[in-house]
Amino acid sequence: MASIRLSVPATAKRGDVIELKALIQHPMESGYRRGSRGEAIPRNIITRFECRYDGETVFAADFHPGIAADPFLTFHTRATRSGPVLFRWTDQHGESWQETAMLTVT
Amino acid sequence: MIRLSGLGLALVAVAACTPAAPPETHLDAPFERLQSGYDFLTPETQALQDDTFSNPGYLWVDRGAELFNTSDADAPSCASCHTTGLAGVAASYPAIDSDSGQLLNLEGRINTCRERHQHLPALDYESDALRALSAYIANQSHGLPLSVDISGAAATHYANGRDYFFTRRGQLNLSCHQCHDQNAGKRLRGDTISQGHGNGFPAYRLEWQTLGSLQRRIFDCDTGVRAEPLPLGSQTYIDLELYLSARANGLAMESPAIRR
Amino acid sequence: MTSDLSFPERRTLIRLGAASMIVSAIPLTALADPADLTSAQRRLFGDREIKQGRVTLKLPAIAENGYSVPLSVDVDSPMTESDHVRQIAIFSPRNPIAEIVRFELGPRAGRASVSTRIRLGGTQTVQAVAELSDGSLWSGAAKTVVTLAACVVL
Ligand code: HEC
Ligand code: HEC
Repeated sequence: MASIRLSVPATAKRGDVIELKALIQHPMESGYRRGSRGEAIPRNIITRFECRYDGETVFAADFHPGIAADPFLTFHTRATRSGPVLFRWTDQHGESWQETAMLTVT
Repeated sequence: MIRLSGLGLALVAVAACTPAAPPETHLDAPFERLQSGYDFLTPETQALQDDTFSNPGYLWVDRGAELFNTSDADAPSCASCHTTGLAGVAASYPAIDSDSGQLLNLEGRINTCRERHQHLPALDYESDALRALSAYIANQSHGLPLSVDISGAAATHYANGRDYFFTRRGQLNLSCHQCHDQNAGKRLRGDTISQGHGNGFPAYRLEWQTLGSLQRRIFDCDTGVRAEPLPLGSQTYIDLELYLSARANGLAMESPAIRR
Repeated sequence: MTSDLSFPERRTLIRLGAASMIVSAIPLTALADPADLTSAQRRLFGDREIKQGRVTLKLPAIAENGYSVPLSVDVDSPMTESDHVRQIAIFSPRNPIAEIVRFELGPRAGRASVSTRIRLGGTQTVQAVAELSDGSLWSGAAKTVVTLAACVVL
């Protein structure tokens, strides 16, 4: 299961800088922990996060095991035109998920 | 780093303590004022709990809403029977199931509905789905006061839970009472011992890096005193949950809370 | 490590308890040493000079638990086509891997202000390095005291 909570304003004025937030459900298993029987728990992390809007990647991030479980991000973009804001995240195995929110620019 | 001052005194106090008959309210709690575990967090952690977007516990609340409203191929959805939601219900759990006469906590209640009304197998105790459903239902009581009923058939469960709370156990030979009644507010290895209420659960513990049940928290406290913990879902832990809730009756529900 | 515990036997027990739990919760590898931090920075930015300033990094003075520490970083930049932040990397001198996260920004970001939650393997001074569109590198730092939760079990 991979779920995400997105915070994108429904509307914005052209030229305004808007705040975007994402909270992704993921254990971000660091690979440095041991289970109850002493076995090493293998690393399992999201490695890449991207936000695309109006034809361009407006923000991206490379994650390492130092990012907390259930990664949280706040960042910004300038409202240019109405359309989808797309969030995509990819794990170390190359599996990726995406979710979009609509932004209306007036 | 290790601070357990006061527990030496506590040992003496407990030896002299003869528990009275179960009272109707939280008379056992020696506090002038009930204080949620929230009050013992740093402002940053409190802010995380209060932020209904970035509090990660809401990932499970969202997922629980999804599960609640989705019907399986051969079973009606929870929502198809519970059309008006379950506001306030979690604040009154554990409660006696009138059909079976059993004391059920919220997790047990959900699983009873799965078996009795959906004819689906019970969910594993700390499974993602059970945590999600219980978080979703508990969150519908957010801000409401705990109000469990300890009369009638619940009375013996209450007494049993109270008993567990006052019994010393583990290599450290400590009872819940010694830490959470007698040493609340004191420091223990860089942490502060709270009054030990369950009003925030299911809660997202930073230490777990996930959301977990009240029983998992109790399991950790038992492990902490080097006692053999009980299996999650065991009747004694449900009875203990009833005692904890009765002891905190009136305290506002906070699930999904953030805890250390 | 001070202790105001009155019974030495019990202290020993607690120590043992804490020690055995630590195995399961604390990173297995040695903590990153400063060399790692330097080489991580070199990998991203080469040998270019890193100046202090323009970058404001915020961490709580006290973090209750190293598993989740709120962090925010702001870079003083107009974020225009000709003058903007290209990337910001966050480094730890004490984690098993020095590079915690790297953000890619551009003029479309509008504001060079990002926040997230990170893991810290102990009390330390975290560093943020920003690369601007003119190729210059700027840094800011913040110290946080990490209180290991009571113990890993309680
Ligand atoms: C050695 C002291 C100690 C003992 C004994 C102990 N606990 Fe705890 N307990 C703690 C500490 C420390 C915490 C984490 C900080 C806090 O919230 O108090 C905690 C947390 C809790 C919490 C969560 C409170 C919150 O708001 O998140 C509950 C509930 C709890 N304990 C119940 C119990 C029960 C029930 C027992 C007996 C089975 C017990 N504890 C025994 C020290 C103890
Ligand atoms: C076919 C109808 C039906 C379905 C489906 C159903 N329930 Fe129930 N539920 C009941 C009935 C009837 C009761 C009252 C107790 C009883 O008779 O079992 C109840 C009671 C409850 C209660 C306690 C309410 C209270 O006031 O104490 C909770 C919580 C609950 N259900 C949750 C769920 C969840 C979660 C699901 C899905 C996993 C679910 N139910 C599915 C019929 C249903």
